[in-house]
Amino acid sequence: MIRHKKSNTMATIIIPTPLRKFTDNKAKIITSGNSVGESITQLGELHPDLSKHLFKQCGTLQSFLKIYLGDRDIKSLENEETPVKDEDVISIIPAIAGGKTL
Amino acid sequence: MSDIKFSKEELERYSRHLIIPEFNIEGQRKLKAARVLVIGTGGLGAPLLQYLSAAGVGTIGIVDFDVVEDSNLQRQVLFTQADIGRPKVEAAKERIEAQNPHIKIVTYNTTFTSENAFEIASNYDVIADGTDNFPTRYLVNDVSVLLKVPNVYASIFRFEGQVTVFNYGDAHGNTGPNYRDLFPEPPPPGLVPSCAEGGVIGVLPGILGSLQANEVIKVITGVGDNLSGRLFLFDALNFETRTLKIEKDPDNPLNGKNPTITELIDYEQFCGLGIDKKEEREDVKGIDVTTLKSWLEGAEDIQLIDVREPYEYDIVNINGQLIPQNDVLEHIDEISSDYKVVVHCRSGKRSADVIELLQTKYGFTNLYNLEGGILDWADKIDTSLPKY
Repeated sequence: MIRHKKSNTMATIIIPTPLRKFTDNKAKIITSGNSVGESITQLGELHPDLSKHLFKQCGTLQSFLKIYLGDRDIKSLENEETPVKDEDVISIIPAIAGGKTL
Repeated sequence: MSDIKFSKEELERYSRHLIIPEFNIEGQRKLKAARVLVIGTGGLGAPLLQYLSAAGVGTIGIVDFDVVEDSNLQRQVLFTQADIGRPKVEAAKERIEAQNPHIKIVTYNTTFTSENAFEIASNYDVIADGTDNFPTRYLVNDVSVLLKVPNVYASIFRFEGQVTVFNYGDAHGNTGPNYRDLFPEPPPPGLVPSCAEGGVIGVLPGILGSLQANEVIKVITGVGDNLSGRLFLFDALNFETRTLKIEKDPDNPLNGKNPTITELIDYEQFCGLGIDKKEEREDVKGIDVTTLKSWLEGAEDIQLIDVREPYEYDIVNINGQLIPQNDVLEHIDEISSDYKVVVHCRSGKRSADVIELLQTKYGFTNLYNLEGGILDWADKIDTSLPKY
């Protein structure tokens, strides 16, 4: 099996519907970070408006969002330090509630 | 459980369940003995109620304060044109009882609140959350955890849905994660648009509500592996599904290591919708639709600005100048600082946000918010206009 060099890691970040307004309606963004944190930082550089909504001012992830690598919450792995392999899928999962106008 | 008996009509009605080996009459007895509380009779509630009643859940409680409106019928298939204006719980009860006369329906024509939640929910073994807003989502979660009953959850937005089972106690005495393990806090108001602002494809709640009904039936009967500890995601647009693991959070304020919530709280305030917000808004001057009508008919020059989206403008408009909320700052030179400027949106919320921004950042003093928005205009001034 050919091992890719670390710098060639290509992961896909899936953007949930409510946040697509900050990514020009793109549902999937390819990043090349070696960790989840690096990948999310790259995403923020590509779409600065999105990054404002992902993190609190202190830099921690907003409490109404979850970041998953594959089917695991990164909190149960190594948080932002969690290594990313080629073709991994990172998901941003938002709280959604339904229909009422608030 | 064996003391639960069925009539000949019931045995015939449920025969397709009875012949499934792992379900059989034992599963059907559990359904008949079960008491399920369905909170919300909207898009999710429609399939949920129809399938739970058809399946033979013995007692179903229904909570909703709302009446049926035209804009519900695109997805709330429990209701018909003739139901418009009727309380949802009343119309739902009638429809369900016509489908299955062998079950008991209890209705609560009220908002589910911290004050009545325990009194209502303590009569039930399973809660199914089909509500449509964050304060009630957290309320339903906390009630289910404090009463130690499972909460079968589904939620939708536009083309996307989530389903899981929260607070499920398994046969070994372990309790699964709840909503606060997944999302400790709600998003700030306005970040995630509601379906009323963002829209929802009508079939989506049908799909998610049906999955939710399936999970309720599995929770009651113990058949199969329910979604406790797993979050099912469905993207109808790209037809993609994912199932993710939900971990318990030791910092969960309800049942983590150091619980701080031991009773129900003020959920509006918790979700940032409390008094603080209203106080902030005292600086925004408001006018009602009748005043706007008289201003428009008067001699004074008035600028009317509509801050909704173009696709909303296409549905209905009152000849306001269209400057969508997010484009306002780019068009600031088009907003008069001399005349009275009335800003409106659908219901009056977005326009108040815009006015607050313009007043704080640019010192405008001539802005007026149209309270109730174009919806109120359609109700009171020009009833030929459609509401959406």
